[in-house]
This record gives sequence, C-alpha cells and structure tokens, in this order.
Amino acid sequence: MIEARHLTKTFRDKKRGEIRAADDISFAVAPGQIYGLLGANGAGKTTTLRLLATLLRPTSGSATVAGFDVTTAPEKVRAHVGFLAASTALYARLTARETITYFGRLNGMTPAAIRGRLKQLSAELDMDEFLDRRCDKFSTGMKQKTSIARTLIHDPAVMIFDEPTLGLDVMTARAIVRFVRDCRARGKTVIYSTHVMSEVEKLCDTIGIIHGGRLLAEGTLAELRVRHGEQDLEEIFVQVAGTEEAK
Amino acid sequence: MNWTNIATVYLKELKDTLRDRRSLMSMIVVPTLVMPLLTFGVGKVMSGVIKKTQEEIPSVAILGGEDSPAVVAALKKSPKLRVVATPADYKQAIGDKKLRVAIQLPERFEAGLQAGAAPTVKVFNYTGELKSEHGASVVEGFLVALREQTIVDRLAEHGLAKTLARPFEFKRENVAPPEKVGGNLFGGLVPYLIIILCFSGAMYPAMDLTAGEKERGTMEMLLCSPIARVDIVLGKFLMVLTGSLSAMCFMLLSMGVSAAIGGTLMLGGRGGGAVAAAAAAHGPNPMNVIPTIDPLGLVGVLAMVFPVAVLFAAATFTVALFAKSYKEAQSYVGPMIIVVIMPAVIGMLPGIDLNARLALVPLLNLSLVCREMLSGVWHWNYIALIFGSSCVYAAAALALAVKMFNREEVIFRT
Repeated sequence: MIEARHLTKTFRDKKRGEIRAADDISFAVAPGQIYGLLGANGAGKTTTLRLLATLLRPTSGSATVAGFDVTTAPEKVRAHVGFLAASTALYARLTARETITYFGRLNGMTPAAIRGRLKQLSAELDMDEFLDRRCDKFSTGMKQKTSIARTLIHDPAVMIFDEPTLGLDVMTARAIVRFVRDCRARGKTVIYSTHVMSEVEKLCDTIGIIHGGRLLAEGTLAELRVRHGEQDLEEIFVQVAGTEEAK
Repeated sequence: MNWTNIATVYLKELKDTLRDRRSLMSMIVVPTLVMPLLTFGVGKVMSGVIKKTQEEIPSVAILGGEDSPAVVAALKKSPKLRVVATPADYKQAIGDKKLRVAIQLPERFEAGLQAGAAPTVKVFNYTGELKSEHGASVVEGFLVALREQTIVDRLAEHGLAKTLARPFEFKRENVAPPEKVGGNLFGGLVPYLIIILCFSGAMYPAMDLTAGEKERGTMEMLLCSPIARVDIVLGKFLMVLTGSLSAMCFMLLSMGVSAAIGGTLMLGGRGGGAVAAAAAAHGPNPMNVIPTIDPLGLVGVLAMVFPVAVLFAAATFTVALFAKSYKEAQSYVGPMIIVVIMPAVIGMLPGIDLNARLALVPLLNLSLVCREMLSGVWHWNYIALIFGSSCVYAAAALALAVKMFNREEVIFRT
C-alpha cells in the first residue's frame, strides 16, 4: 500500500530561485494495483518516486509505504520497496551473483535465504548461463534481468519503477512490461512512471497525470476518457497539461 | 550504526576495488616500486654520474703564465689535470662543456712569489655544472699543494722546520650511532614519502567509491537499500582507509627489501647484520658509516601516521563526494596533493625544529616528529600532542564525511 498526502519537495537553485519539483501531491495505490505516473521530462515523476523510496526527504506533506512513514521510518520503508529505474546501473566489476547476493545481505537476508531466493529468481528469469559472469560483459537484456533479480531478492511488497524501459529495445522493453504485470499478479503494490502513453494504456489500473510538479488529473483510463471527452490518452494528456500551461 | 552492514559494504567495496586497475596502481604497484626505483634507479644513476665525473681528468686552459714556466710545467705534469690549448673564448668553451676549467696566472707570478708578494690566481668554472665544479676543485687542490710547498720551501730557506707552519694535525670522527645518521639523512624523506603515498593510496578509491559510483548510476541503487546512510559511509570510508594504509605498508615493505638488498638503509634482521659487518670492515672513517633507521622509530612513525591516514581518507572521500563524475572528482582531489606536499616539504628542510605551535599544524607536525623518532629522539609531550590533535582532525573530517553523505544536494547534485 502506498499513500501520499500533500507531498511537496522544493529545491533551491542559484539562477531560478525556489523550484517546487513536487507540489502538494496526494494519491493512493492498493496492493495488486499498478499506478501509472504519466508526465513529460522534468514533470516531477522522479522526485515523487524518490520521495516515496526515501531517497529524498519531503519539504512538507507525508507518505506511508507498506505501512511505514517515509519521514520517521525510512529504513523500514526501504526494506519493503524494490526500486528499478532505467538510470540505475550494475557494478561492472562484480558478477551477477555477487551483485544480487550483496543486495540480499544489505536487506538483512541470511546466506541460506539468499542462495534459495537466487536459485528461484535465476530459474524464473533464465539467468543460469551468465550468473557468474562480470556485469560489464552483459548485453542490455542480461543487465535488465540482473537488475530485476537484484530488485526482487528480498521479495518487496512495493515496487517502484522509474521509466524502466527508457532507451531499451522493443524486446527488452516488452520483458520489463511483462515483469511489471507479474508483480501485480503476485499482489504487489506497483507504481510506474513513464512518458510513454502506450505503456500506461496497457499496464496501469489508475493513471495520474503530473505536470510542473503537480498531480493534475487522476483516474482509470475509462474515467479520464469520459471526463475529458477524448479517447486518445495523448490528447487527454495534452489537454490536461495544456490547460495548466495556459494558466 | 550496524557493524554487520558496515562489514558487508566494506567487503563488497574491497572486492570491487581489487578488480580496479587504477586503484591497484595507487595502492600497491606505485608504493612497491617507488623505493626500488629511488634506491636502484635514481640512486644508481646518480652514483654512476658522480663516479664518472670523479674518474674524468678535467681539461684545463692556462691563461697567462708565459713568465711562470715552473708553475705551468707543474700543471702540465700533474696526473690529475689535462692541460689543453687555450681557446679564444674560454668562458664560452666552459659554458659549452668543451673545457672544464681555466686558470689565470697573474703577470710575473713566480717572480712575485719570490719577492714575497701575494698574487691572486683566478680559477674560472661553471657553477652548478658537475664536471666543471669537479675540475675547479682539482685545480684548487693543486694550488693548495703549491701554496703549502712554497711555505715549506721558504721555511727551509730560513733553516726552520716545516712543522712551524703546521704545528698540529686534526681529524674528524663520527660519534653518532648509525641510526641517528640515518634518521637525520632519511628522517625527512621517509615521512615525506609516507605522506604522499598515503594520500595517493586514498585518492583513487575515494573517487571511485563516490563520484565514480554516481557516474555509473549505482549510487541510487545502493541508497535504496534499507541500511543506514552512516553504515554506507563507514563501509566505504574503511575501504578508502585500506587504500591509504596499504600504500604505506607496501612502501615500507618495499623499502625494507630494497634496504636489505641495496645495503643503503637498514631496518634490522639479516640485512642489518650484513650492513653492520660491512661498516665494521670499513673502520672508523666517518664517510664509511652506513646509515640505518631505528626500527622502534619506524613503529612510532606507523602509529603517528594512522590518524593522518584517517584524515586523508575522510577528506578525499568528502571532496570527491561533491563531484558528479570521476573526471570532475579528479579536478577537485588532484590539487589537494599540493596542500599535502607543502607541509611535508617544509618538514624536510633543515633547521625547522618541532615546537608546541608547530605540533598543532597538521602534516607538518607529522613530518617533524617522524624525523625525530627515526633518529631516536622521543619528545613524549609533543608526540602526545601531535597524536591527539591528529585524532581530533581525523574525527572532524570523518564526521563531515557522514554529514555530507546525508545531504541530498550533495548526493543528488545535478
């Protein structure tokens, strides 16, 4: 379960003054649901997700993730979260097994538990062939599989995906989308940020349109279509963001 | 703070660093090679150049001297000099290294000597040029001998004994034990090398574990783990400290091996015995005392260097943390080496002695106290003051590193 209440994050910039990267954002995601955070580059998606993953501290507002408050219990929040982003990479000089084991240990797992979970993940993701090879020799697909296994090693209840398909080829992107669906099927709470409309249409149970740091519209795809009188999500997005720009 | 988590981060960073060529170079390869290179490389080249210079018979041009045939003949007869034809521009010839030295005999030099006048002989050389300097000293040796012979001849003319001009002889004998000679000779150099290598050993792991990790995109992944930030900092910091200390240990190990093989420095053990035997065989000549270093002094140096290594590790870690990329980190951390070298160099200068005020100046205090300890001088009050102040500086730097790691604008700087 994720619940964000009036989450706000401001940054100070020497040239631009105060920037409200996330501005009064509130939403909730239930277990077994995928919440799509749709927005252009610089809309505030990454900031919002980093606030939920406790990488950043909110300037005001609050959020609970898996029942823990992001401000008062950040370490407990992180223990229940798996974070996967296109921008995150792997340790090039470690093997896939070493990388995944390292994150298992950081999550407080015993060596026996790590071995068992790794065996299971390796079979599920078909990683046996490259598990003991160094990550700097990996193809994009191998890297993605290793990243997924690294994220899932502690079997988190909440999954946060920050533009996970950015820059990936079609086949790898499809594998990621399939993996996100699997997470939902296993009852995990999923939040998925992207600017790709088709992914949102295919995946998300609820969509939140974010622009200029503010959550401007929220609902299921059907609700948004009815509310804005448009069938095409891209048109709905432009309408919502354009109305905000006009203000 | 959770030591299991700190150990997990540390062991991962250790494994990662041991697979990084740049860090291995600064932690192991360079420190191991520096002493053999200095001892067998630079030392050998230097001693070869000096030996070659001393073996050379310098070329000398005589200016004037037509009315002093006996002196000119003596110069030509000297086996230590090679009299050549005087070039038109003898100064240029000395500068061009075609001629080592020129000697100018004043007019009527021999007649002046007979008359009891005190004529002045000029010797032209190129100061700073080794072979020309050597030529000048050979010529001066010839002139000193000539002057003494003149005195002896005059005394004989008057029926006086030659001991009248030289009523007694003297000779110098060294009473300093070899380790004190070594301490004075190398006491400045060893701490200087330790300081530089400690810093460079910390530099590359610090940049790789902070800015390098940001650049590669793995920092965010690590921050998403449930362990406390302070555990991450301490795990990484311990790795940087390992880099710093291993650079120092490899240098000292290599220095010991070089000393045992080269016989120029002695740290004890079999090499020391061989060197001592060699020293005994050479007799009491002060030039034959082979310098050694007090092993206890070396242990003291290691203890004093530890808080400084902590300071280096924490300082390089903090500075590199600000950078977004490895390259940017290099531009921040690189200039720090000047700040490190300056006090180390000042500590090598003769005449600067340890006092209460200097004992509080970081790095300079280490350099000065190490020089004393290596020559067997133990000022316990200064040692305590320096160790205490170094620990305070190191703790402050480490606290700053933890604080910086917790700042969002540092970790997520865009």
